[in-house]
Amino acid sequence: MTSTAEPAAVQPRKSKAGLGRFVRWGLGLLLPLVVAVGWEAAVRLHWSDGRLVPPPSVIVATFMALAKTGELQRHVLVTTGRVAVGFGLGVIAGTMVGALAGYSSLTRRLIDPTMQALRAIPSIAWVPLFVLWFGIFEGSKITLIAVGVFFPVYLGVMGAVLSVDRKIVEVGRAFRLSGFQMVRRILLPAVLPHYVIALRSGLGLGWMFVVAAELLGASEGLGYLLVDGQQLGKPSQIVAAIVAFAIIGKITDWIIVLMSAPFLRWEDRAPGSMEA
Amino acid sequence: MLVLDRVGKTYPNGVRALDGIDLKVSPGEVVAVVGGSGCGKSTLLRAICGLDTPSQGRVLLDGETITSPHEKIGIVFQEARLLPWLSIAENVGFGLESWPRAEREQRVATALDRVGLGDKAGVWPRELSGGQAQRAAIARALVPRPEVLLLDEPFSALDAFTRADLQDHLLDLWSENRPTLILVTHDVDEAIVLADRILVMRPRPGRIYEEIAADLPRPRDRQSASFDHVKRRVLAALDRSMQRERRVDEGETRSEAGAGLWW
Repeated sequence: MTSTAEPAAVQPRKSKAGLGRFVRWGLGLLLPLVVAVGWEAAVRLHWSDGRLVPPPSVIVATFMALAKTGELQRHVLVTTGRVAVGFGLGVIAGTMVGALAGYSSLTRRLIDPTMQALRAIPSIAWVPLFVLWFGIFEGSKITLIAVGVFFPVYLGVMGAVLSVDRKIVEVGRAFRLSGFQMVRRILLPAVLPHYVIALRSGLGLGWMFVVAAELLGASEGLGYLLVDGQQLGKPSQIVAAIVAFAIIGKITDWIIVLMSAPFLRWEDRAPGSMEA
Repeated sequence: MLVLDRVGKTYPNGVRALDGIDLKVSPGEVVAVVGGSGCGKSTLLRAICGLDTPSQGRVLLDGETITSPHEKIGIVFQEARLLPWLSIAENVGFGLESWPRAEREQRVATALDRVGLGDKAGVWPRELSGGQAQRAAIARALVPRPEVLLLDEPFSALDAFTRADLQDHLLDLWSENRPTLILVTHDVDEAIVLADRILVMRPRPGRIYEEIAADLPRPRDRQSASFDHVKRRVLAALDRSMQRERRVDEGETRSEAGAGLWW
């Protein structure tokens, strides 16, 4: 009896779950859509002139105009390039120092207090010094981004290495793994989930600091678009740049998630949390 | 032949976990080690498999001194300790990485079938129940065909039914290649079901207090009178081994009834 009843009970539940997911997505979009449509209507009906808060149609038009002249692409490319280089350097340094500090307790005792002290400094405070050291062009901007990326990656990697289960390492020892095999077959896979999280928070900070760097003086980049929009009184350009930041920030984060997903399928995680 | 020659272990903090352990185990023999908590049972196993080195004496397998993990010695821990990022088949084949692929897969498949996990080959460890995970761990330890298999309270985290099932499973697997089995347990029934010889250990410092032969015919009937007889002997020995810890001298009847229940 039960065996025949079960598949019948599972079938509709499955399709309902698919529908439920669709509705959940829709629910998330509801608020911004209502606000956008409402504001558009308010401006169209002349309840507001929409000069300081441009309606969606004007923002889209500005976006399109910037894209048509190729200006948008140029600024996006410059900004993305800065983040890429800064992120790369920060990740390399953070990974190496973090792994070292996690692996050897002597190194950790030596450098971790200093690292924590440096981490407590708001990174923007470095800007004047970086400008003196590396000039006002790319050098100081990339250094600032790299510093912003370094700390979350350092902390994440160190914590991950420290938290590797001693019992699992013992399994490796019982199977007589060499040092290199131990790293490849036990430590790396064990550390990977934490590492991905560290990379994602590092990347988030990278995007934050590229804005700071570009606001402080740049002739190109999305941050420049922001400043330019403020100085020339073009709020639609500011919002367009913000939207561009949101889109590429999300896309780059998504790339990390997608690239790591095949290696993390084993993780016991709540369904759907991958979308975050 | 596995030989322990006056093995002792003193931890850096001065605790003497083991002292003067002499033991000879012939190939294919099943030995159970029982004793109260803190009597050095686990330390003994870790010394035999080379995860810890003894501070006195030595462990010899076929004349070779064991100082680090050895390919002829396998170990199953209290927890399954499967690697969560490998499928069950990959976990079971963990010790065979250097083997040709086809041969490895063949042997893993056979081992999985033997422990009744044939249909779980591609599944992640988190999808297994506790008993299934422990069976996979046993398969992982047995797949390289060790001469000695050490088991450190392997079934203590499982419920009674699963435990009895796995004990039978273990014997079934053992009968295939007949490795030497050394089993640490605090379940007297388990010791008698599995072992040819039962070592009762005494704490502080960990020593072998008494050796009891359990030469009952296999398969063993847990309800038989001879089983019960051996059980009484083991419980009595355990009780005596703990004597030092007793504060009050208890009456004979009390001691008999309470024997073996203290832990």
